[in-house]
Amino acid sequence: MKFSNVMLETATKIIIFIVLTFSTYLFFAGHHNPGGGFIGGLVMTAAIVLFYMTFDVVTAREVIPVNFRKIGAFGALIAVTTGVGSFLFDVPFLTQSFTYVDLPLFGETELATSLLFDVGVFLAVIGSVMTIILSISEDV
Amino acid sequence: MSWIHFFILVPILFSVFIPILYKIFPRIHTGWFVLSIPIVLFIYFLQQVPSVMNQEPVLHTLSWISSLGIDFSVYLDGLGLLFSLIITGIGSLVILYSIYYMSKEREALHNFYVYLMLFMSSMLGVVLSDNVIVLYVFWEITSISSFLLIAYWYQRKGSRYGAQKSMLITIFGGLSMLAGFLLLSIVTDTFSIQAMIGMREEIFHHSLFLPAMLLILLGAFTKSAQFPFHIWLPDAMEAPTPISAYLHSATMVKAGIYLVARFTPIFGGATEWMWAVSICGLVTLFWGSFLAVKQTDLKALLAYSTVSQLGMIMSLLGVGSMALYPGTEEASILLSTAILAALFHLINHATFKGSLFMIVGIIDLETGTRDIRRLGGLMSIMPISFTITVIGGLSMAGLPPFNGFLSKEMFFTGMLNAAESIGSWTTLFPYVAWLASVFTFVYSLIIILKTFAGSYQPEKLDKKPAEPPVGMLIPPIILASFVVVFFFFPNTLSYTVLEPAMQSILPFLLNTGEQFHVHITAFHGWNMELLMTIGVVLFGTILFFTLKKWSAIYDHLPEKLNINDLYNAGLSGMEKFSSKIIDLHMTGYVRDYLVYLFTFVIVLIGSSALHFQVFSFHFQGNGPIEIYEIVLVVVMVLAALYVILSTSRVMAVIAVGAVGYMLSLFFVILRAPDLALTQLVVETITTTLFALCLIYLPKLKKEISRVRVKVTNLLIAIGVGLIFTLIGLSVQGHRLLPPISHYFEDAYELAGAKNMVNAILVDFRGYDTMFEVIVLLIAGLGVFTLIKLRPTSREEKE
Amino acid sequence: METLMTITAGILLSIGTYLILTKSLLRIVLGTSIFTHGVHIMLLSMAGLKTGAVPLLGEDAAAYTDPIPQALMLTSIVISFALTAFFLVLSYRTYKTFGTDDMDQLRGSKYE
Repeated sequence: MKFSNVMLETATKIIIFIVLTFSTYLFFAGHHNPGGGFIGGLVMTAAIVLFYMTFDVVTAREVIPVNFRKIGAFGALIAVTTGVGSFLFDVPFLTQSFTYVDLPLFGETELATSLLFDVGVFLAVIGSVMTIILSISEDV
Repeated sequence: MSWIHFFILVPILFSVFIPILYKIFPRIHTGWFVLSIPIVLFIYFLQQVPSVMNQEPVLHTLSWISSLGIDFSVYLDGLGLLFSLIITGIGSLVILYSIYYMSKEREALHNFYVYLMLFMSSMLGVVLSDNVIVLYVFWEITSISSFLLIAYWYQRKGSRYGAQKSMLITIFGGLSMLAGFLLLSIVTDTFSIQAMIGMREEIFHHSLFLPAMLLILLGAFTKSAQFPFHIWLPDAMEAPTPISAYLHSATMVKAGIYLVARFTPIFGGATEWMWAVSICGLVTLFWGSFLAVKQTDLKALLAYSTVSQLGMIMSLLGVGSMALYPGTEEASILLSTAILAALFHLINHATFKGSLFMIVGIIDLETGTRDIRRLGGLMSIMPISFTITVIGGLSMAGLPPFNGFLSKEMFFTGMLNAAESIGSWTTLFPYVAWLASVFTFVYSLIIILKTFAGSYQPEKLDKKPAEPPVGMLIPPIILASFVVVFFFFPNTLSYTVLEPAMQSILPFLLNTGEQFHVHITAFHGWNMELLMTIGVVLFGTILFFTLKKWSAIYDHLPEKLNINDLYNAGLSGMEKFSSKIIDLHMTGYVRDYLVYLFTFVIVLIGSSALHFQVFSFHFQGNGPIEIYEIVLVVVMVLAALYVILSTSRVMAVIAVGAVGYMLSLFFVILRAPDLALTQLVVETITTTLFALCLIYLPKLKKEISRVRVKVTNLLIAIGVGLIFTLIGLSVQGHRLLPPISHYFEDAYELAGAKNMVNAILVDFRGYDTMFEVIVLLIAGLGVFTLIKLRPTSREEKE
Repeated sequence: METLMTITAGILLSIGTYLILTKSLLRIVLGTSIFTHGVHIMLLSMAGLKTGAVPLLGEDAAAYTDPIPQALMLTSIVISFALTAFFLVLSYRTYKTFGTDDMDQLRGSKYE
């Protein structure tokens, strides 16, 4: 499935960064505004799919040299590990906690363990969905 | 948890190590390791004898499912102890015997001993449990382990047939016994046998008395191979001989006897119980001994003989139960001798039948056959085996100086007492007993003389017989010596074991503090019993020597009464019937299965909703409807309808996507921004996926199916939609409980998050999200395996 | 509004069921998709619609819409996506292996 379209390629190069930024925003916004690991992950996936569609698979592989299955598994691992981590503090599985830290530049910032959990979700979503899409598209 | 719980479970726990030992020490016979277990248990139970003799039994309880009243409670009284001693004692000898019988090179010993240990634990559980549900569980485990052991040589067709038969019959009985237990617990509101005995009067006058009694008896009769359920026992002889000696003569088949004895305090005294148990026992006694004479296979002969002996014990328990009949004291004491006879014969039977089975196993190994037509004249070749057989056989025939004589005399006494004190039809009992004893005498002679006397026929044998190794002879020798010892010193048993056991079967007969005083003697003078025995010997000898002349009557037995044929026809009939039913509805069409499912949903939910009158609608409090919302709904429904009608793949996929996008618009309107975002992205990716797959999928064809099918589909579809709409509408009218959502309005304080939905996802209900992620991952890997992993060309060829 | 949405959900469920009962694999997959949409609408309208503000505490409203069904459905959306993807690939592989997408021909042998 190789087709080159200069207009599309140029547009994609710009759009992709907008989408990626948006996805990152959504991910971090999730705590207080609509968004979160799922949506962030899905939007990120959409961006990557767009990239794959515009350029061919070989180019995309070179630019993003990762194994998405491993990313998915790694994400699930993070999600589970943050849950197990609560045992260290003698609280039930998956208990989350948060605190406020005064960081330079950012001012008072909230640090929540649920963010870590969300990172796991984020990565797992990207990994799984990309695995599904790539498996289908590579099967001829 | 007391020691006794531990000792019941020891065999099962030990069985974990058997396969390991089998692997680590392939040169040592695994049986040597296993042997220690029953010996230790036997010593433990022997140590309990003094305390059981002198003290009131104690209930040891281990909590299991206390909320349902099901606890692993153990009650060690005289009856339980008697059985435990038999189980562990005979068990030790059988395992010693099996070390020589089972070849360590050829047999899967680890399986054999694991099954055997499973059986030992469960059998101990049966005789020691006080809770009927626990008893039932152990009871079924004995059936299962018996099944596994009969099918031990599963390569043989006969083994599989016999195993299935025993399983079907005993499990059927077990289930009806469970029903009986449940009925009893309905009456008494307890699962404890001892508590039930305490409520004897209430059970007696309850309308469920008879059904409960019959159901429990059904369990006992099937397990103890009573007529007409005896047919499984001869087929169970396909098991290795140690198993036949252990399970199918000494222990498991006596579980039914145990059950009858255990429930005698509850049901005893009722005339129905007496008639049912004693008549069933006597019929079995006669029929078993009558058929045993006809057998040519030594093990089958012993099997029928076991059936017959079990019937004898059963009939004694039946007659003896009348000792609890509210009546004269004198008759009660007379009838209680029948219970004593039953218990004493129980022990005696275990000794002489065990030794006979072991000898038959030896003959089988040494000569390669068990067919009495090919055997004969082994007396001079195998003198030790011959001696043991004479002791066991004559004991079985009821001759002195062997223990069988004592219990046979007591059996006659019991039957004569019954005829005297109960009257009516029981006057026939001594005649049946005598006749059956004659046949018992005949088949005992057959075992001894046809095998060891007569002419030696080496040409008919596959091997050259000789005495087996000494170790193999030790267990039967021990048993045979007990046969003799118990004749001369029967009272060593009566004080220690028999009296406490009688106490537990007939607890109300004596005033508190009193004990049974049992004294067994061999000679009571020239009384009726002795005359009967002499008659048995005379008549039996005549019958034995004229066997050829009268054995033709076996050919004239009515064909239709053959219970085995009935069983086989019933089994194959049921198989045909069920496969017919399955073929009728398991069509292989997924659509048909879905039709069943959906119809079931409609009928079940619809009818129960109608029955409980949940359909009531309130439309107040509905949110306002804007005109653009109606437009959205119409577009959504039209898009969905288009999917049905479309014959273009692309258009159908796009229509589904349209429904999804409309949905995300609704999420926006309905104040669910998170959902709207997610739905939007998911829909995009789903549509991409469809687009990717479309290239490879075939074009949509117009649905061509019969009108009937289409109408059914339509009706079901409308039904499903209607039911769910009605329920959805009713739910809005009913709020049983206030919503718990206010809790989450504290999300900022609790989780530091302002987005409640997100706080629920990652914090309050993190578990859900974690598993959701894992589901997604599994789906991803599933897709990957579906597409990437295929059999390579080499595998495809295979 | 709730009544309207519930009826819409019912119609979608009907259409989904009808599609699931057809012979073509693709229609069945699409049918499950529509069925899921119907269920989502049903869930949301059962909780009551338009009764409060968006469930974001930053909105500072007197009452919020029930967040529980929303959290539930968010999970449901993602899982149904996973299911659809898997199902789609399954039917696609089935077609490639057996050369048909007709459910009547995909019966399997009797003793499989």
